[in-house]
Amino acid sequence: MSSGEFVRQMSLGGSASSLRATMWQRLHIDPYLLLLLMILTGVGLVVLYSASGQSLATVKRQATFFFIAYSAMFFVAQISVDVMRRWSPFVYVLGLVLLVTVLFAGTVGKGAQRWLDIGGFRFQPSEIMKLIMPLATAWFLAQRVLPPRLKDVTTALAIAMIPAVLIFRQPDLGTAILVASAGLFCLFFAGLSGRYIAAVGGLVVVATPIMWFFVMHEYQKRRVLTLFDPESDRLGAGWNIIQSMTAIGSGGVEGKGYLQGSQSALNFLPESHTDFIIAVLAEEFGLIGVVSLLLLYLLILVRGLVIGMSAQSTFARLVAGAVSMTFFVYVVVNMGMVSGILPVVGVPLPLVSQGGTSLVTLMMGFGILMAISTEQRRLAH
Amino acid sequence: MWQQDRRYIKDPSAEAELYQGRAVFAIVVIALVFAVVLSRYIYLQIFQYQRFKTESDNNRVHVQSLAPKRGLIYDRKGRLLAENISSQSLVLVRERVPDLEDTLARLQQLLSIDDEDIESFRRRLKRQRPFEEVPLIFSLDEQQIAKLAVNIHTLPGVEIQAQLVRHYPYGELFGHVIGYVGRINEREQKTLDPENYSATYSMGKLGVERYYESQLHGQVGYQNVETDVRGRILRVLDQIDPVPGSDLHLHFDADLQRAGYETLAGRRGSVVAMNVKNGGLLAVVSSPSYDGNLFVNGISSKDYAALRDSPDLPLFNRSLQGQYPPASTVKPLIGMAGLYYGTVTPNTTVRDPGWYQLPKDTRFYRDWKREGHAARINVTDAIIESCDVYFYDLAYKLGIDKIHEFMASFGYGVPTGVDLTSERSGLMPSKAWKKRAHNLPWFPGETLNIGIGQGYMLATPMQLAASTVVLANRGQWIQPRVLKKMGELEPMPVRRNTLDVDPAHWAVIEKAMFDVVHGERGTARAASRGMPYAMAGKTGTAQVVGIAQGEEYDSEALAKRKRDHALYIGYAPADDPQIAVAVVIENGEKSSEAVKVARAVMDAYLLDEQGDLGGLGK
Repeated sequence: MSSGEFVRQMSLGGSASSLRATMWQRLHIDPYLLLLLMILTGVGLVVLYSASGQSLATVKRQATFFFIAYSAMFFVAQISVDVMRRWSPFVYVLGLVLLVTVLFAGTVGKGAQRWLDIGGFRFQPSEIMKLIMPLATAWFLAQRVLPPRLKDVTTALAIAMIPAVLIFRQPDLGTAILVASAGLFCLFFAGLSGRYIAAVGGLVVVATPIMWFFVMHEYQKRRVLTLFDPESDRLGAGWNIIQSMTAIGSGGVEGKGYLQGSQSALNFLPESHTDFIIAVLAEEFGLIGVVSLLLLYLLILVRGLVIGMSAQSTFARLVAGAVSMTFFVYVVVNMGMVSGILPVVGVPLPLVSQGGTSLVTLMMGFGILMAISTEQRRLAH
Repeated sequence: MWQQDRRYIKDPSAEAELYQGRAVFAIVVIALVFAVVLSRYIYLQIFQYQRFKTESDNNRVHVQSLAPKRGLIYDRKGRLLAENISSQSLVLVRERVPDLEDTLARLQQLLSIDDEDIESFRRRLKRQRPFEEVPLIFSLDEQQIAKLAVNIHTLPGVEIQAQLVRHYPYGELFGHVIGYVGRINEREQKTLDPENYSATYSMGKLGVERYYESQLHGQVGYQNVETDVRGRILRVLDQIDPVPGSDLHLHFDADLQRAGYETLAGRRGSVVAMNVKNGGLLAVVSSPSYDGNLFVNGISSKDYAALRDSPDLPLFNRSLQGQYPPASTVKPLIGMAGLYYGTVTPNTTVRDPGWYQLPKDTRFYRDWKREGHAARINVTDAIIESCDVYFYDLAYKLGIDKIHEFMASFGYGVPTGVDLTSERSGLMPSKAWKKRAHNLPWFPGETLNIGIGQGYMLATPMQLAASTVVLANRGQWIQPRVLKKMGELEPMPVRRNTLDVDPAHWAVIEKAMFDVVHGERGTARAASRGMPYAMAGKTGTAQVVGIAQGEEYDSEALAKRKRDHALYIGYAPADDPQIAVAVVIENGEKSSEAVKVARAVMDAYLLDEQGDLGGLGK
């Protein structure tokens, strides 16, 4: 199926039955997106059962997280897009304050300062920033004449980069990339001219050595270095990559079969149920599994972008585009790092990897998409 | 609507179009990037499939090392002195334990394990190979097994395993000399071959177990095992069998050892019995002793404190580490030295008023017999009656240089080189030694004390026995040996001819030593009653200077510990020596007590069950 046909089908489906449409509309749910998400999270639970060494407890815990995440999505979907727009600058400032607080008063875990304890409740402000960022940048850009002029581009870049740098200092490179890309994709959908994009590309080329020598932490450098030569440190930093590549490669086309992946079951694969879970899927379901998963992701992304196309306000469009593309960055960075073509930066495989926090923010992102998707129909009728 | 520059007003439909274009572009980018990612997976899963398949299989196949069976130890009659018995141990496989800390905490509570044991388990865990079983408890008692039987199904990765544990059937009888095996500690770890000891958790710590560690240990084996996805062994792909350690056959004779140990009856002391013909050690007793079995699985701190804090020092190996003044037992050798150097003849006599005085010296050197032994006394009688005055005079005339040279050839002052651990060298003083140790010249009066085996002179019971063998062999030194046979290997006795003494002179000394036991004025005559064989020997009582061990005793015990040490050296049968025995009883007071012990050991060797003189040394 080409993406063009798919778009047509989606829009056809959108106006097929007005009765059904009103039901979904009243619930503020996009049924196509919901179906795709349910399939993906279902796959996630199946793979997790194998990756966790057939631990039902882990699967149950993850299912609980899914329930919370779906509830959060449903809740966010009820908020009107206009309310989101009006509140976004304030929430953005609050997010910045929390990020600064984390740097000074956060809880240290795994060598990084990411957590904030408030009244016994622990959370990561950087996760929330993943949601705030597209809203805030879109809020700013939607007020400007688009395509944006240099002054507006600079301001938008500042809005995107300040929290990204704060998160990077924690240090959490993976989240920093995701947060920054949310802002940058807003700019892209706002019509940032090709010249600017080229300029940013040039800047990246210049900035890379500067980052390497002055900004990056030793452990981040090590991760990058082992990417290029994992064999150089077989038992150390290269271990993860070698073992995950072995898991993927040994899966072949058809895979070893469900629960038959020796790499993860024998604990050769570290983090098999979190960041490296795609290796388990690739080992047990082979290339067929990988292709199916990519297709599923592709459908979700296309649906997200299509929701943006039929959105009525510029703000909603930019948000829809940015949220969708952030999801895309998740997929690419994770699948790239596990298969050894990108450095290991600690980005989970969205909706499949175990872990509560990123799951909830992801689903809240889809809640925003659903709010946009259902609002447009209300206006149309 | 006012005409304005399109660029400065917001145009919702233009912005919507802009987005549409960008979204289509984004979908193209997404498709392209996904294609790149997918091509990576295609590369890994199709083009590199074989390579990673092999690597993955290698991950499933594990090498496990197999501990060799430790060699057994037998006495000369084939009785087991050290064996391996089966025991249940508790092992953990880390890869199969879901939560190690939780599991350890539960096991610790369930089986009441010491923190210390948990710590050493953690150390062992550090050098664990993947899927290797690491022991937590080496020897489970029945109560622990019962508790585990109920709970083990809730503890994945925890298993009860049968394994071989060292056992010493004779317990404390051979405590010091056989020694014991114990768990390898971190310091020892560094000295061992990590490959060969990869499956071994204990090693010889003392005695024969330590000295012959490399022979007893054997060679580690390996097996390649295939495990299923749960890490359980499906089958053994191939195996290199471990080579068991060599069995050791020792000269020791449990009967002689028991005779010596039981006759000492808990008194502090030592017995060393040697085969005169080949230097084989028939018994090496140090009393009180300890049971090596206590140490095999790690001795409890309570048991260890009891051994360590006992004033009788049971951990102290008196046979090799105890250094005693040999006292009058040196007199036959001093007498021999006088004859050898021509200082005296067998007929030379000395006046014995019961004391001796050096020229130009006011000090009196007293004989143990206040009134003296006779008006004039020769070497034979001086040995028989253990006359001090004669040997003061002889020692003075010989001088320390000659005495040192002569005594050294009998092994005094140097370790015998016996195949046991922690042997001390004793002390045979010389002018050079005194200069070195005390930075003082040698005084003639000190030579006098050496003449009666006192003063600076110290010897271990092992040295006393070895020098007695030289006497019995008429000057031939044989190194004491524990090992009789190891596999096909039968080590040759190490012999060395010492000074070339006139056989007539030997006969004089031998006759004197015979009369010590059998003569009517001999100091050991009481012990010879009813003896069906002839023994030659020499008694000794050593004044206690106190063995420097820094122990504090209560006053009553102190009085006891000021009593003289009782000593005896002897060999039998006198006309064809088979066995030589040296006995030391700390604070034994009467040398006749030492003679009794020596006789018990010799009886055990020379007499058959009917008490008749059977096949000698069979």
